[in-house]
Amino acid sequence: MIADGAEDEEKWLAAGIAGLQQNAFYMHRALDSNNLRDALKYSAQMLSELRTSKLSPHKYYALYMRAFDELRKLEMFFREETRRGCSIIDLYELVQHAGNILPRLYLLCTVGSVYIKSKEAPAKDVLKDLVEMCRGIQNPVRGLFLRSYLSQVSRDKLPDIGSEYEGDADTVTDAVEFVLQNFTEMNKLWVRMQHQGPSREKEKREKERSELRDLVGKNLHVLSQIEGVDLEMYKETVLPRVLEQVVNCKDELAQLYLMDCIIQVFPDEYHLQTLDILLGACPQLQPSVDIKTVLSQLMERLSNYAASSAEVLPEFLQVEAFSKLSNSIGKVIEAQVDMPVIGVVTLYSSLLKFTLHVHPDRLDYADQVLGSCVKKLSNKGKIDDSRATKQIVALLSAPLEKYNDIVTALKLSNYPHVMEYLDNATNKVMATVIIQSIMKNKTQISTADKVEALFELIKGLIKDLDGDLDDELDEDDFAEEQNSVARLIQMLYNDDPEEMFKIISTVRKHIMTGGPKRLLFTTPPLVFSTLKLVRRVQGQDENPFGDDSAFSPKKIFQLLNQTIEALLIIPAPELALRLYLQCAEAANDCDLEPVAYEFFTQAYILYEEEISDSKAQITALHLIIGTLQRMHVFGVENRDTLTHKATGYSAKLLKKPDQCRAVYACAHLFWVDDQENTKDGERVLICLKRALRIANAAQQMSNAARGSTGSVTLFVEILNKYLYFFEKGNPQITVASIQSLIELITNEMQSDSTTPDPATDAFFASTLRYIEFQKQKGGAVGEKYEPIKA
Amino acid sequence: MNFLKGAFWQPCNITILFSDGRTRKQVPLKKENGQTAMVPLFQSQENIAGEVVIEPVQGKKLDHIGVKIELLGQIELYFDRGNFYDFTSLVRELDVPGELYEKKTYPFEFSSVEMPHESYNGVNIRLRYILKVTISRNFISNIAESQDFVVRNYTPPPSINNSIKMEVGIEDCLHIEFEYSKSKYHLKDVILGKIYFLLVRIKLKNMELEIRRRESTGSGPNTYVETETLAKFELMDGTPVRGESIPIRLFLSPYELTPTYRNINNKFSVKYYLNLVMVDEEDRRYFKQQEITVYRLLES
Repeated sequence: MIADGAEDEEKWLAAGIAGLQQNAFYMHRALDSNNLRDALKYSAQMLSELRTSKLSPHKYYALYMRAFDELRKLEMFFREETRRGCSIIDLYELVQHAGNILPRLYLLCTVGSVYIKSKEAPAKDVLKDLVEMCRGIQNPVRGLFLRSYLSQVSRDKLPDIGSEYEGDADTVTDAVEFVLQNFTEMNKLWVRMQHQGPSREKEKREKERSELRDLVGKNLHVLSQIEGVDLEMYKETVLPRVLEQVVNCKDELAQLYLMDCIIQVFPDEYHLQTLDILLGACPQLQPSVDIKTVLSQLMERLSNYAASSAEVLPEFLQVEAFSKLSNSIGKVIEAQVDMPVIGVVTLYSSLLKFTLHVHPDRLDYADQVLGSCVKKLSNKGKIDDSRATKQIVALLSAPLEKYNDIVTALKLSNYPHVMEYLDNATNKVMATVIIQSIMKNKTQISTADKVEALFELIKGLIKDLDGDLDDELDEDDFAEEQNSVARLIQMLYNDDPEEMFKIISTVRKHIMTGGPKRLLFTTPPLVFSTLKLVRRVQGQDENPFGDDSAFSPKKIFQLLNQTIEALLIIPAPELALRLYLQCAEAANDCDLEPVAYEFFTQAYILYEEEISDSKAQITALHLIIGTLQRMHVFGVENRDTLTHKATGYSAKLLKKPDQCRAVYACAHLFWVDDQENTKDGERVLICLKRALRIANAAQQMSNAARGSTGSVTLFVEILNKYLYFFEKGNPQITVASIQSLIELITNEMQSDSTTPDPATDAFFASTLRYIEFQKQKGGAVGEKYEPIKA
Repeated sequence: MNFLKGAFWQPCNITILFSDGRTRKQVPLKKENGQTAMVPLFQSQENIAGEVVIEPVQGKKLDHIGVKIELLGQIELYFDRGNFYDFTSLVRELDVPGELYEKKTYPFEFSSVEMPHESYNGVNIRLRYILKVTISRNFISNIAESQDFVVRNYTPPPSINNSIKMEVGIEDCLHIEFEYSKSKYHLKDVILGKIYFLLVRIKLKNMELEIRRRESTGSGPNTYVETETLAKFELMDGTPVRGESIPIRLFLSPYELTPTYRNINNKFSVKYYLNLVMVDEEDRRYFKQQEITVYRLLES
């Protein structure tokens, strides 16, 4: 059916063109022989083709354009005819004898154009007559094309200021009047189009209507091109009249298009000066009109205008552009009860962009915008329209982009309220945006209040929100998010320790609500941030706050303790252990023995109770040993307890090699180079010997289980320990013991049961090379090494 | 042969000449045989003067019992063929009975002739003026020759010329108000007006203004009425809505109108009507007819 329709249309168009061309041919002949009567007759017949109702606007346009070209020739002929002495007035009458109205009016417009050019009558009279007579065409398509023809032929003949047609009787007012009237009539026809024809073709008609809209809009363009339309006239005549038509036509399509046209074709300066009028029309538009697009366009243009030059900014202030726009948006939203959320948000988002451009210094304006937005969104609940949420994100991002500084945004008290309307996922996105902004700009958030506000903003990342279902959440995404939070925590800094402490407390308060999954990510940065503070405070000689102050290193450590404890619930013992050790070290630096001891205790408890995986045990144990080795704050008793425990743990590791390694590591606990009171050579030796025993046992076990003794790596490693302590001057480590160890290794390596291992060979070789090297160094060291024979 | 020739051939040539024949305006007149001839134009109260030239056929003597010229105003009803009705009849004796041997010229004059009616060629009727020269003879038939001329009477612009304004409609369906600027128009006039649509519930497709001529002849039961549509002038294309107003501008000059004639000698009337016709999408016609008066304005 539809295909047939299109085919038929092609046929009709072809027939129309053929008819037109045939009559045009006769018309040309008449023109060539200066036969006015025939020229009129054939031109009227030619134009009769335009009377068809069968063509869609698109096809009709094709036909119209052909007729248009022919009419140009006819116009030339009329002009020559008047030069030959034919009275233009007679011609003007003559063409009106045509019986059919459409050809008659096309001819009338054509002659009218010559009439104006002849200046035998005031242009305004002719124009007025033409625009009046065109009322005879009430068919929308034909009427629109006819009037667009009129507009076309009269364009260069308007009595504009400076035009040759301007005279005593003809003023620019007449030109404007003419265009306005033509515009009004065209719009009426255009609007009416939707009501004509069967309702089932409504969609098709709407499509056709939008094809025709530029014919209507062109009038506004013509108006904007009239030189004489100055601000005064625009304000007093043009705009009110156009708006009256726009409002009264009560048609969604027309209102949207025409408002857009007005905004686009007239200068920004005019808009600025007529904001009242323009905005006043907005609430009067049909509720279904997509007013947000219109106003957004307007605000965008004004923003650009403001950006174009600083000189225009005073104008904005003078006309109170912001408050006008703001009021108007409020009214529009009130008037359009059914406006979807996206509309509301888009409007405020545009307004915000506008105010950021025009009044960057007026943060209160921005806050006001957000406040109004919140007010309008209240009682709407969370927003589930994805496009609307996108708009909210845009709205919220605008201040960040503008100020490049979250601190400014934090001053916007309504900012978090707006965020509350986002669904959880988007809330997170927004929070991420905020964090990224901070990262990008390396913004320092330096007071607890701001931190509080900031965490309020990004709470989507900080804790589970109501109704949040994490099931579908991607692990990687989650990690990404939390990593960004972790990075953010590092950015919070204040030179003043007390303020910093407050910041930390605030952060802690927030992240503690985050649940086990988040704590994994957020605790470490917090702990380290706190430790940084501790070290800063410790750097100062005396506690500047006095002991009863709420703030002291002790307090900080208490806080740390509590913070880390939270990890136990997760449970994340390995992480907690590491953090405890870090804290212990910090406490060590602060000379707080009990605190350090407490941390170690916690770490040991964790090791004993929570860490059961042997690999994890190894790692943990090495960490403990390493940390403990560096502690200098402990008294002998405490240290003994701790080292003893550590050594005990070492011997209890599952695998022999691991035992061996832990034990020889423990040797270091008894020998700290720069601490005279911890140089217990004997116990070092005990450890090393024990390690040797274990290594031996390991070899035997291996032999028993697999038939080969395995590598001698452990021995080489122990040898290295021997050498280390030997070099450090441990008197218990003798040349003989080293010598025997080397021999042992050499023997083992030559034994058949040993699995050859190139790495171990190389290791051993380089150890021997080291001995040689030390020997050749000479001096005290060389002397010491001299007796060793490799 | 001679006898026959004498019976059918006029023994003399009669020519009627107008004294101002060279300067007087000539207008076309459709003759009975369908051809158009140019004839002089007069108006009432004019002097009609000239001369009649009678030229006997070479060498023939013409006996007569008198020569006269008549000015006749006749109304001829076609359905009553051959029945002339003379409403004007003036006679001038040109010669006493006698003989004519050679060409002789007789001047004549009818001064300030009352010719109240205009020449008219209608569907069922004709009103005409002729000058008829008759050479009366004894025993044999008279010799007659006639010359048509046209009378047109001019009217000054009417002192009262009201507009025609009217609201018509079909209840709850279509209400319009139309206005023609005048009720009396001269022949080269232009009809100006407007049509306002007060209520439109039907889908109109177009609107035309027709000029109709109604010629009625006879009287009583023998009245014949003939209506012709002289003009169909499209005023509007498309479907108007409430509140629209459509301009009317119709030049009368292209159409062959006559003035309105009212009850000419109780024989006939010619009246003009403007018929406003609206056609809806189902080709139903809605119309309203209004009489207008047409008059002949003296062309200056």
